[in-house]
This record gives sequence, structure tokens and C-alpha cells, in this order.
Amino acid sequence: MGAQSLFEKVWNDHIVAAETSETPAVLYIDLHLTHEVTSPEAFNVLAARGLAVRRPDLTLATLDHSTPTVPVKTLKELDLLVESSAATQIRVMIENCAKLGIRLLGFDSDQRGIVHVIGPELGITQPGKTIVCGDSHTSTHGAFGALAFGIGTTEVAHVLASQCLLQRKPKTLAVNVQGRLQPGVTAKDVILAIIGRIGVGGGTGHVIEYRGSAISALSMDERMTVCNMSIEAGARAGMIAPDDTTIQYLSGRPLAPQGRDWESAVRRWRALPCDAGARFDREVDVDASVLAPMVTFGTNPGMVVPIDQPVPAGETASFAKSLAYMGVEAGKPMLGRPVDVVFIGSCTNSRLSDLRDAAQVFRGRKVSAGVRALVVPGSQAIKKQAEAEGLDQVFMAAGAEWRESGCSMCLGMNGDTVGRGQLCVSTSNRNFEGRQGVGARTVLASPLTAAASAVAGRVADPRQYLRG
Amino acid sequence: MEKFTTLTAIAAPLLMINVDTDAIIPSREMKKVSKTGLADGLFAAWRYTTPGGREENPDFVLNRGPYRQAKILLAGLNFGCGSSREHAAWALHEWGVRAILAPGFGNIFYGNCVRNGIVPVVIDNARVEAIAAQVERDPERNRVTVDLRQNLVTAPDGSTTTFALAPADREMLLEGLDAIAMTQKRDAEILAFQARDRERRPWIYP
Ligand code: SF4
Repeated sequence: MGAQSLFEKVWNDHIVAAETSETPAVLYIDLHLTHEVTSPEAFNVLAARGLAVRRPDLTLATLDHSTPTVPVKTLKELDLLVESSAATQIRVMIENCAKLGIRLLGFDSDQRGIVHVIGPELGITQPGKTIVCGDSHTSTHGAFGALAFGIGTTEVAHVLASQCLLQRKPKTLAVNVQGRLQPGVTAKDVILAIIGRIGVGGGTGHVIEYRGSAISALSMDERMTVCNMSIEAGARAGMIAPDDTTIQYLSGRPLAPQGRDWESAVRRWRALPCDAGARFDREVDVDASVLAPMVTFGTNPGMVVPIDQPVPAGETASFAKSLAYMGVEAGKPMLGRPVDVVFIGSCTNSRLSDLRDAAQVFRGRKVSAGVRALVVPGSQAIKKQAEAEGLDQVFMAAGAEWRESGCSMCLGMNGDTVGRGQLCVSTSNRNFEGRQGVGARTVLASPLTAAASAVAGRVADPRQYLRG
Repeated sequence: MEKFTTLTAIAAPLLMINVDTDAIIPSREMKKVSKTGLADGLFAAWRYTTPGGREENPDFVLNRGPYRQAKILLAGLNFGCGSSREHAAWALHEWGVRAILAPGFGNIFYGNCVRNGIVPVVIDNARVEAIAAQVERDPERNRVTVDLRQNLVTAPDGSTTTFALAPADREMLLEGLDAIAMTQKRDAEILAFQARDRERRPWIYP
């Protein structure tokens, strides 16, 4: 076999049956993550056919999407905290997991959190694994050199029943990011710039591999932010080659390999990076050193500009509709637009380093009058760490709300929503119409930009709020 | 799953680009624990005048005259991008959609269509627009045909366009096959893989 890319190595390692011109490959799945919103019908399918879960030991469940972000002390309280339909999803998940022997990190677990935050945190997300979940941001786990992608609910049932998926081999796209980021410019700005460059459909049918000096310099938290939004470019998955940073991050995590297994795993992981001379179907180069903080102005993540640049003009009816929805005019910058809500959280930016970024801006400052700022940690473990560092005090002293972990205002399923016509600067990943609430207007940005905007009461340039 | 062979039906144009699955069904409409009862929430933000309400917006295409009976959707580039929610395919299917013609689809949504008896037909944008223009002149009479046996779309004026669909996807739709049942037949191969793999990567198996 010739020179192989990271993706090809992981793909080839999991082939139960090779693809033919007639049939897709049967791909083995190492880790199946599930949550309460996209799994119930999959469990119905299993029940209707009398099927068992093939590998409950390779399946891990949590509660995140429709869970309240206020403490749930007893399940009885649920109906008071969220709509009864959301409470039902949660109860059904708890029942199904108990019945089928699936480990659930529920309200009683201090390991609960957003599904894409806890996998890495527990060390069960590892290089070279195939990881799936009924959620498109499963691409997050690719930051470790795993092949990780979102699947539909019928596929969730398929994996539960067989631990396999039927897949056509995707194409490959290398995104080479070179150079050093300037102060105030973060991983979130890098991925927004990439999506702006290739477009929301630009990665369709491809697995992206992010490479280059700017990527190698990122921490694991930052790499996850980048891979997380691969789906916003339409890509099947995003991957980053494992290196010392990856291995150091995983070392000693509760579900990472231990002892002799650790040694052999590391040896295998070291061989995963792309071989010299491996070919990609497409390549794109990005210069990280010239990037500015980025903000979206429209209703998809590809509609993005440097914060101090004017909103561009577009020709299509869709573009005009998008600007009208946002109440934005071409030719004017997003900078300075009044803000109603600021959301710091989601699987894109709710890890400890994101919270530290936000706290750096909030420290000694106040959330502007009339702005609601919500800070939602990605997991209960992050919540604890942040509190140990006193970040919660910084947020609360500034006048921001500090919550339990969950998806929260990223998709507004648990009651945390943005009002009609309100502008929300959000560290999440989707600015789709109505995503954060009916008529809600979302501006995607980094935690630094979001925090700066909360303080300014307007879309603000974080570079003016950095200290020292 | 029901079989799809050929369908001649009213087609509804919804030609915006990048229509995401949050638009097809907003998350507030999917707090269900099964795949039924979702048609009501289809395109809720556009179809109804008030959020969560059910008063129809008369301007939205699926609320207009003959389009209420549409079984084919004419869509723009990157239709069904975004969230993996299969609820989008379930809602479309329950509402009555059986085929979608678009220049391109979000990957996960595409697969979800195939697994739910909706034919995702990729044809170029100019062609979708041309068909839409013919349909709009008289949606009731100017019907569109999707023939999966011949991989052929026939426009109201009789002009035809071929489309490609992966053989396994096509067969699944034609025969109404079920992927889970198909994979179950490969149990021996899966077991053999697991045995081999456990030797190579023992740490994967707790
Ligand atoms: S935080 Fe948002 S994007 Fe991430 S898993 Fe939750 S709902 Fe999906």
C-alpha cells in the first residue's frame, strides 16, 4: 500500500467488509455515544425487532440536549424545570439505558456533560478510533485523530444492533493552516475563517484533515473547537493528527488505556499521522497570521466577516432573506451593533480554556445593562474546575448567569432561548434561523468576542479588552 | 420500508440554498420519543404565522393550493445541511414527500432520506430551476415524474434528465430494504473482525 493519509489509516483499520461498486463498506465502530434526543426511536426499532445491543460496553450515554441547566436534584422535579415532552425524553433515556445495560452518565453523575465534551474528558475519545453519535458535531472527536462523524437515528439503531455502519469511503480535503495567530484571535476565528473560505457546502462528501504549524500549535481544547465545526462546512468529519499534545492530554484520564495497554496504544497512535507523499482529493491553504476575530452576519456559518470589516453584498435571494432576518445591512460592519443576549457555551466553546478566555475579559468589568449573559460549562467536571479557579465568581460578579452543564441555548430545547428579534452573540456553532429561539438572531463568535460584547453591550472587538 | 419505483406527482418549488434541518423541523417541534406526529412541525417557522402556533402562513409554498398535495420537492443547493436529526426526513415523509430534486444535499440528511423511502435526486441547478418554472405555470397539471427504475426525471414538458444514485441506495429504495436486517446477515464477518481486532487493539475492548 502506498503513502496513506491519517483518514485512510483509520478507515482501513475498521473495514469488516470492503466496499464494492455495488455495496458500501461495512465499517466497525469503536465507540458509540448517545443522548436523549436522537436515540429514542432507535431504541424503539430494537424493541420492535427483539434485538439486543450488540456491544453495550462500547456504548456510552449522557443527558445534555434537552436537560435543564439548573440543578436537578430529583427526577420528580424534571417536569417543573422543563416542558413535559423534554422530561419524557430524559426519562425514556434513563429507562432504556437501564434495560439494555448501557452506561449512562445521568444527573447523579459528576461526569455528565455535553456528549462531545465528556468523551475527550474521560479519555474514551482516542486516536485511531471510529466514533459515532446521533449528532452532527461528533466531528469534535476528530481533534484526537479519530474518525468521528454524526449519524441519523436509523443508523444509531444500526450501530446498536451490529456495532457497524454501512459507509461509502468519503473524499479527503487537506486544510493547511500556517503561521502564528495574533493576540485576540482564537481557534474559533480560525474555523470560522475556514468555513467562510470554503463555504457551508465546501466540504460536502469530504473528510477534512487540518494540518500545518498553526494547527500543531493549538491545545486539545482548541483543536476540538476547530474539528467541531467541520460539519458547518458540510464535511463528514474533521481530523487532526495525534502528537505529543494529544498523548499528554489523554495520559491518566479515567477511560484511557492503562499500563501495558497504554504503551501499545501510544505506539500505534504514533504511526497514525499522514505519510509523506499521501494524496488528498483537494487542498486549501490558510494563513493564520493575517486572521482577525471573526463574526457571522447571516444565517449560516459561512456568512462570516472579520469583525471590523463591512458586511458584504450578495446577489441571491437567499442572501437577501438572510440579511433581512438578521436585520443587517450590507456595507456596514457588525462591530457596534447592539446586543441583547450573550451565550458562552456549547460543544464548540465550553471547555475550561474557553471559560478562562471569557473570564479574562469579565474580570473587574460588568455585563452591560440590559444584556443577559449566560455562561454554561460543557460538563459537570469543567464546572467544578472552573469553580475551583474562582471563574464562577468572576462571571457572577460581572453579572452573568452561571449554570449547570448542557447544550442549553445552543439549540434552545431546554427552555434557555433567545427572544424574537433579539441579537445574541454566541460561542455556539449554528446561526440558523430560529436555532436559538423563534426569530432569534445569532452572531457566532469566540468566547473572547462574546465576553467583550457582553461588557460593551454591542458587538465588540476583543482586542480592545485584552490585558497585558 | 415501502418500495419506490416510479412517481408522478405535484412538485413544490422551495429553491433557497442551504436550507438546514433546523428549518425543516425546528428543535422545539421534535420533543417526541418516536418518529410519528412530526409532520405538523415541518417547516414550522415558515409554515405558520406564529411560533408554536398553527395558523397557516398563506405565502408559504406548501400552504398554497395544489402544492398541499405535493409529493416532490424542488430544492436548492445543500438542502438538508446541518443537524443530523432524522426528524427532518421523518417529518417530510409523514407530510407526504417521496422525492426531492436538488443540485446537492447535506450528507447526513441524504442518507436519512434513503433510509426512509425518500429519493434524493441530484440534478444540476439550472435543471431544477427550469422544472420549477414549468411547474409554477400550472402546478396541478404540470407534474413531474421520478422513475427510479430508469434513474430518470421527466419534466412537465416531457424533457428528461438522468440522475445517479449509488447502487446500494437505489436497491434499498426500490426494494424497500432495511439496512439493519442486511447487516445482521453478516454476523460471522463482524465476529471475525472483532476477534482479529481484539488481538491488535485490546484497549478498545473494555
Ligand atoms: S452543544 Fe449544541 S451543537 Fe453541541 S451537541 Fe449540544 S446541541 Fe449539538
